[in-house]
Amino acid sequence: MSTPLLAIPVVVPIFGAALSILVGIRRELQRLVTIAALSVSVVVSIILLIRVDEHGHLVANSGGWSAPLGIALVVDRFAAIMLVVSTVVLLIVAIYAIGQAGEERERVSFHPLYLVLASGVSASFVTGDLFNLFVAFEMMLAASYVLITLGGRPDQVHAGMTYVVISLVASTLFITSLALLYAATGTVNMADLADRLADIDPALRHGFSIMLLIVFGIKAGLFPLFFWLPDSYPTAPGPVTAIFAGLLTKVGVYAIIRTQTLMFPPGEGGANWGDDVLLWVAAATMIVGVIGAIAQDDMKRILAFHIISQIGYMIMGLGLFTVVGVAAAVFYVIHHIVVKTALFLVAGLVDHRAGSSRLSSVGGLVRSAPVIAALFAVPALSLAGLPPFSGFLAKFALVDAGLSQGSSAIVAVALAVGLFTLFSMTKIWTGAFWGGAETEPERDPQTSDRFGGPPLMVLTTLSLVAISISFSIWAGPIHELSQRAAEDLLNPARYIRAVLGEAAP
Amino acid sequence: MSLALAAVTGILFAAGTWLLLQRRLTRIIIGIGLLGHGANLLLVTSGGRAGNPPVIDGSAGSPAEYSDPLPQALALTAIVITFGVTAFLLALGYRSWQISRDDKVEDDLEDRMVARRNELDGPEGPVDDGDPDTNEFEAEGDPQR
Repeated sequence: MSTPLLAIPVVVPIFGAALSILVGIRRELQRLVTIAALSVSVVVSIILLIRVDEHGHLVANSGGWSAPLGIALVVDRFAAIMLVVSTVVLLIVAIYAIGQAGEERERVSFHPLYLVLASGVSASFVTGDLFNLFVAFEMMLAASYVLITLGGRPDQVHAGMTYVVISLVASTLFITSLALLYAATGTVNMADLADRLADIDPALRHGFSIMLLIVFGIKAGLFPLFFWLPDSYPTAPGPVTAIFAGLLTKVGVYAIIRTQTLMFPPGEGGANWGDDVLLWVAAATMIVGVIGAIAQDDMKRILAFHIISQIGYMIMGLGLFTVVGVAAAVFYVIHHIVVKTALFLVAGLVDHRAGSSRLSSVGGLVRSAPVIAALFAVPALSLAGLPPFSGFLAKFALVDAGLSQGSSAIVAVALAVGLFTLFSMTKIWTGAFWGGAETEPERDPQTSDRFGGPPLMVLTTLSLVAISISFSIWAGPIHELSQRAAEDLLNPARYIRAVLGEAAP
Repeated sequence: MSLALAAVTGILFAAGTWLLLQRRLTRIIIGIGLLGHGANLLLVTSGGRAGNPPVIDGSAGSPAEYSDPLPQALALTAIVITFGVTAFLLALGYRSWQISRDDKVEDDLEDRMVARRNELDGPEGPVDDGDPDTNEFEAEGDPQR
């Protein structure tokens, strides 16, 4: 199946960004462009998901050059799922940002940058070419560099510096691995790479596997490489942090899952030590992330540390390398994107309402702003994995997959970390929502006295929370979909055949 | 891949890594630049032996004797990206210098606070150290640094 529709989620936001710069003086027009471009992406992504689920992989060759020569755009079920979730979240957060009073509205560059970011995210999901993935990452990152330092405040510059330098190191490593991969195989097309990597020396292949794992692990925030994340994310403006937390790390996770399953499948060639490494990394990521979260006092920083521990769960699913495991990872990723973004949007609301996101200077919100409290409670309980919510289903699927594989150690870690997650969520709850309002002499003047927050902010947060609840209502179909996606992922031959045509083995 | 280019790549990587580990921001930025050059050079050399004709004009026999254009195109893309991002990094470094009049990289504020809270071992930690910015979108930031 070939279709030019694949390019739409990449091309439309980029053109939207250009248009957005042109209409920069008129803020209303900019907003209109952002919402229109992202809405088109959402619709097209949903169409793509439906078609992929019916017909299997969709491939488009840019410029009409056939696969190994030109840049192939490939969408399989996993990519389509990610596209739908990410574009929906991007659209919702864009509306949230519009609803938020503040500096954002005054900055001409916010909307164009946001669209470039959206385009980069979509491009990372759609591309079937490793070098193109690098370009997509750079698009996304370049936009994120500016977004994270948009205000130019001292803490932003400080955090932005860490973020930019770390990302650049990762990018340099990415180019290095690309160069070595090209030298070894003579291609950068992922399907072609998968094909040719099977023939090279296993030791070399392990090396490449680890190199790419490190490159994407930095972006995803895996265990030894996560340290930059909690320092840099929380300083960005609220909606930006939400998008970074929800999406950017998950793009890294996507790249890990894509490359590890497609190019370095376990089994033949004896790469089976690789999945053990992944499980160890996953366990360490979970533990360190959650312990880091417990030590923090700022709501946003607690949530930022939780990103790390949650990444561990996704990698655990991948590390099991079974259909149920990877399916659980896919489910976990989409659940996490929605829930995490919702939590950061709530943090933005708290910040707006109480004038601070520091737990010691916020309190009593359950009485003064019950809407915010309710909006926090649902995704927080979901993140911790309590029964009726999507987080429970995602964790249950993971635990089930782990037990069926006989990896009880990682399951024990996952369950214990879930408990600690609940603990630090209660810490936010008691700190920000229950009493203790004036335990600390507040240095932050309580500026805003509106109920809950601006209606647009509350509504968008509510819609994300509603989506996360709908995940548990339609858990059956969604889980079946991720099951099919996982089967695709673990059968790289399908991907290779779709891209290279019938000629490929 | 010629030995000279391999050596140059190695030196660039080594020098870049060393500079990256310094405490001064300017050195870090130069280090990033060197690392980027090293990676780009590696990309160019991954195309095979140097010295083959780049343009198909019949001077060489088989297609294999022409130099591979793809890594050069990739390197070009990578150079443009590295250039743009380095420019941004320099601007950020300048802004950082404007703020602090010093290009030393500081420890993270929150990390210091957490560390200090442990030392004090009490719920009321350093009172003077919080962030006084009330709304994150208010232009006047925190003057704590």
